Amino acid sequence: MKRRDFVNLFLGGSLLGTVVSFLYPVIRYLIPPRQAEAVAKKVVAAKAGELAPNSAKFFRFGSTAAVLVNTADGELRAFSAVCTHLTCTVRYEGDSGTLFCPCHNGRFDLAGNVLSGPPPRPLEAFEVEVSGGDIYVSRKG
Amino acid sequence: MPVKSSLREMKRRSRLLLSALLFMSMPLAVSAQKNSCVECHLQMDDALKAPAEGFAADVHKQFGLGCEDCHGGNPAQDDVELAKDRSFKGSPERAKIPEFCGSCHSDSATMRKFNPNLRVDQLALYWTSRHGQLLKEGDASGAVCTDCHGVHGIQPSNFPKSQVFPWNIPQTCGRCHSNAETMKAYGISVRQVDDYKQSVHARALFEKKDLSAPACNDCHGNHGAAPPEVTSIAFVCRQCHSSAGDLFSRSPHKEAFDSLGMSECEACHGNHKIISPADEMLAGGQNDICLQCHDAGTEPHQTGLEIKRRIDDFVASSEAAGKLLASAESKGIEVSEAKFKLQDSLSSLVLARNLTHGLSLPEIETSLGDGAKILAEVMVSGEAALREAKFRRSGLIIATAFIILLALALYLKIRDLQRSPKHQR
Amino acid sequence: MAGLGEKTKAYLESRFEISAIREFAGKKKVPEHKRSFWYFFGGICLFLFIIQVLTGILLLLYYTPSVDAAHESIQFIMSQVKFGWLIRSVHSWTANILVGVIFIHMFSSFFLKAYRPPRELTWISGFLLLVLFLAFGFSGYLLPWNELSFFATRVGTDIAGVIPVVGKALKTFILGGPEVSGATLTRFFWLHVAVLPAFSLLIMGIHIILVQTLGMSKPIGIGEAKEISFFPDFILKDSLGWLIILAVVGAVCVFLPWEVGPKADPFASTPLGIKPEWYFTFMFTTLKLVPAHIFTIEGELLAVMGFMLGGLLLMLVPFLDRRAAREKRSPVFTAFGLAVLVYIIVMTGLTYLAPDIGK
Repeated sequence: MKRRDFVNLFLGGSLLGTVVSFLYPVIRYLIPPRQAEAVAKKVVAAKAGELAPNSAKFFRFGSTAAVLVNTADGELRAFSAVCTHLTCTVRYEGDSGTLFCPCHNGRFDLAGNVLSGPPPRPLEAFEVEVSGGDIYVSRKG
Repeated sequence: MPVKSSLREMKRRSRLLLSALLFMSMPLAVSAQKNSCVECHLQMDDALKAPAEGFAADVHKQFGLGCEDCHGGNPAQDDVELAKDRSFKGSPERAKIPEFCGSCHSDSATMRKFNPNLRVDQLALYWTSRHGQLLKEGDASGAVCTDCHGVHGIQPSNFPKSQVFPWNIPQTCGRCHSNAETMKAYGISVRQVDDYKQSVHARALFEKKDLSAPACNDCHGNHGAAPPEVTSIAFVCRQCHSSAGDLFSRSPHKEAFDSLGMSECEACHGNHKIISPADEMLAGGQNDICLQCHDAGTEPHQTGLEIKRRIDDFVASSEAAGKLLASAESKGIEVSEAKFKLQDSLSSLVLARNLTHGLSLPEIETSLGDGAKILAEVMVSGEAALREAKFRRSGLIIATAFIILLALALYLKIRDLQRSPKHQR
Repeated sequence: MAGLGEKTKAYLESRFEISAIREFAGKKKVPEHKRSFWYFFGGICLFLFIIQVLTGILLLLYYTPSVDAAHESIQFIMSQVKFGWLIRSVHSWTANILVGVIFIHMFSSFFLKAYRPPRELTWISGFLLLVLFLAFGFSGYLLPWNELSFFATRVGTDIAGVIPVVGKALKTFILGGPEVSGATLTRFFWLHVAVLPAFSLLIMGIHIILVQTLGMSKPIGIGEAKEISFFPDFILKDSLGWLIILAVVGAVCVFLPWEVGPKADPFASTPLGIKPEWYFTFMFTTLKLVPAHIFTIEGELLAVMGFMLGGLLLMLVPFLDRRAAREKRSPVFTAFGLAVLVYIIVMTGLTYLAPDIGK
């Protein structure tokens, strides 16, 4: 093979290889990823009817723990489950209808307000929306 | 009879007192009345000047009270003889101070005029305290009201400048209780404040400014201060640490401790120098406290060893998971989701450590089991992240290889073109 | 096969008159001498710009310019989108490299006096491109909406507000309000993906046409030099440089991917040691060091005016450097340029080596 042809072939081949190794990532990038959207502003906390009255379910909201409570009257409320004292995770106490933190006995009512104990601030409350058989929780405001 | 959360009660009332004070002090602006006491005393030296200077910031002044309300005399008179008239009482004797303050502070009709929310049982409580008992026996070197509250610059107890504001209390008590000379006569140790300062509670109170953290009065009482009896220590701790307390009550230790007359929490955790508990305190650890009562090799100690082993295993797994994630992160892979999960798994560790008070191996295993499930997921994410790192590097090598080849080809092409006859023009 | 090639050529020829362009391109020559190495930097700027446009277009697919979603979308791109980490890291790294190369290109052209007539407009359009690309960098930096970018933007726009007469109005216009907010984010996004690209393309087009028409400037004192043809020799050498840069960028992105950072919190206090991106730090440190008052005029104001005056003089240098216009060596201007370069390097270095000087 003449030198000139070899060089051209080499050039063409390596150019093709380089182009492919660049196109491959771009094409993979363009294909929609599994999790469709960047921001889960709304999170599906549970299915409608999943929770009996006077019970609660814990779920992840963004980067924090959250709790969905079905009150004894059948009303759905959602709060951050992170105790405002020293960030332990609160529990739902059916007997008293309160959210209780086992670390230092902090207690919150079902509006998030501090009833007793060391927590300095109320629990952050979230919006609850039931739509199409799913219970959605999102930030207020 | 359970000790009611009177300490909490007191704090709540103090908060109400604060709001009441702020509300009431506004209309009660001090009128520019003649006050010869202050005028004269401000011109004196040091010890006699101090009362007049300090009183300007005193809470009693905000309620419209003046020197004459406690000391008698006539502040309208410039002449010192006329000012110190028949009603003049001077400064009370040290031993008479509790009654002196109590003359208003124990009278609910009087206190209702100024702040209906303030308690009026301080004096009664005081007489039950060790300090009060000493005074009744004729020993006036026990603390009286002014030793803790100050005298002419008294702040409400919920103002940060007050000597009895939570984070000032250890220092106030320590004035006597850390003084070896003062305490020699009573044979009491003077290490309490120093011990306390090394404790978790002190760190919470002083560094994190957590006002719910206990200071001396939360365990010993305020006006009725006395060391808690052995049987009551547990109740005192249970006020905040109820879940540990409940677990302990359910455990075989409860009966054993009661029959031996041992104080519950204190036996393992100490009283003033309560430091963060560590896994090393468990059976088989370096600071094995179980050995205080149990011999090694006995069944209880063996159970303890099992418990520690479970916990140690979990800690090792979570450290391994943490290392895995750190290694992936150092290679540039995004692992924040997995790191959150790792934090979650740690909460089951916290629960398991608390469960050691219950001494129930099955309960601890269940709690750790939940955490282990999360850890397994974290490990999976971590491994996936490391695979991704490898994938990126191999991808880079391939792409760079092609680029190098292409560069080489270009170089050859350039040389080739330069040599070609067309070029030699 | 060959027949197909011929047929395509003929088809395009009758519609685009390609042969005219080919002839023009074929005739172009580039001088080769001991300073001709610097010629490559213009092409590198173009290459990096193209990378920015391509990666920018790709990022547009997943990025959302709103306070609630900007940071999250970057997090998403870095962790969920396949090769998102690569596209985003390339974009961020190339942005910084591009600004650096622009400075090299500008200073090399300055010292080689490439601004002499007839190339005054090339220089001026180049200067405008510098300003546009600094604006690109400044606007793009805010888009991830992380802590660093939020406060760097605040610091930067505070400085803009110092300019007399127009400062306040300018700052409000840039920010879309009295302070950095969601309105700023959308405004910067508008600038970054629409306004600045449009202007850059226009001015870049003028710049490149001028370069092609006028050819490469030869440094003063170099008479007849060897010449190589632009196409294909110079282009191939250009491509070699571009390839090496591509490989370097790739390696850097794999080993040092750009961080996401914590989300911006407008109510948080400014973190210690906040500073703008490196290419603004020489101005930033100057402002920190300048005394509060100089002859009753506020020091900061004087410094900002100084920079603006400096920029104006720099842009007008083709008309100021009379000696160079007459093809004579002008050491005074060279010395000034050197002083400015040294000043920029020293000030930039000081920002990182002695971060606590000044206020």
